[in-house]
Amino acid sequence: MTERFHDIAVTVNGEEVRERVDARKTLVDFLREDLALTGSHVGCEHGVCGACSVRVDGVVLRGCLMLAVQCDGARVDTIEGVADAEEITDLQQAFVARNALQCGYCTPGMLLTAQELLAGGGVPTREQIRAYLSGNYCRCTGYQAIIDAVEAVAQARAGVKS
Amino acid sequence: MKPAPFAYAKARSVAHAIELLATDDARLLAGGQSLIATLNMRLSQPALLVDINRISGLDRIVLKNGDVEIGALVRHAQAERSAEIAQAAPLIALALPHIGHPAIRNRGTVGGSLAFADPAAELPACVVALGGEIEIVGPNGQRTINAEEFFKGLFETALTPRDMLTAIRVPAASAGSRVGFAEFARRQGDYAMVGLAACAQADGKRLKDVRLAYFGLGATPVRARKAETALVDGDVEGGVSALANDLEPSNDMHASSEVKAHLAGVLLRRVARQLGRAPS
Repeated sequence: MTERFHDIAVTVNGEEVRERVDARKTLVDFLREDLALTGSHVGCEHGVCGACSVRVDGVVLRGCLMLAVQCDGARVDTIEGVADAEEITDLQQAFVARNALQCGYCTPGMLLTAQELLAGGGVPTREQIRAYLSGNYCRCTGYQAIIDAVEAVAQARAGVKS
Repeated sequence: MKPAPFAYAKARSVAHAIELLATDDARLLAGGQSLIATLNMRLSQPALLVDINRISGLDRIVLKNGDVEIGALVRHAQAERSAEIAQAAPLIALALPHIGHPAIRNRGTVGGSLAFADPAAELPACVVALGGEIEIVGPNGQRTINAEEFFKGLFETALTPRDMLTAIRVPAASAGSRVGFAEFARRQGDYAMVGLAACAQADGKRLKDVRLAYFGLGATPVRARKAETALVDGDVEGGVSALANDLEPSNDMHASSEVKAHLAGVLLRRVARQLGRAPS
């Protein structure tokens, strides 16, 4: 089959979705335009900024550097699903408490990436947090408060007093 | 910033991928971390994308006959976690954390990095330093090419549009192996302004078989042969001076040739220190 349009079946935030997609549609455009899941943001569209971060089969990827047609049979989790599952409530609260966002455009990607780091266990150093978040750009707060928030949650989850 | 229309096909096997590549203007799609960016920017407009991600058996890391073989579809993140890579390809293990960002490494492939041949990419230089080999399958069957002959020019390799890179092989490290890796990038995960991948064998208190591969300085990874000889003689500063003969750094948007030449010397001193240490 060397066609332009393909039928795909994807599990998005736990629900099976069947759609016909144009091969050229990126995953993030598919989520936003076809499924109205607008929490994943479109920034640079060439893999630099991290605003489009989504989880595919358990790992965080660039939604602009994967095609929707490639997600046939995959499990996709967006910021909506991960937040609704209450997996990152503590991270969200810490971002609010530390003012780790202003416009919020980068925040969904920051949260998903930070959660992937923290899911690895242990308390990462600030350097490790910076390195892990290096592919997620924030253009308004600067990064200090974001690192603070992630560090605070890492310590809280590990039962360390900050 | 949306791709031009193209057809898409999932290859079921390497043979099927080669068959699909017979279409004019077909391109292989692996991790897509460079290709899809160029599609989005319409820097490339293929007629057909041949997706090789579902081909089984290409995502293995195996030790055989004294070599480490890394399948084309091994993701950078998978290689980063691999005990085989840590043990038997420590140079690649040192380089992996410098490649892009975690989300890029989760998806990008070792084969794709080699096939794309970005002059500032880490893995091509590692494979050149290690004297590795590239496995290629094309319409006329399989062939093997030395890494140094594989990289032909700027984004240009020995691959034809009908070929597929299926694996890379590098000699497995032994007790006497020494490796070093360092790069300058403006920010964590950016492409390197200048980088250096190096390996050698310990020879008593000295080094032999020193191989230095610079990246980010020219169209392809560049061996610094006179500096290699100086390091074998134990003369690091002589090696730094020799770089003036070995390298012809080109200007790019990040740095002038003078800055790059200076940084190449700084990297040589750092990497020489790493080569002097036994792995921990």
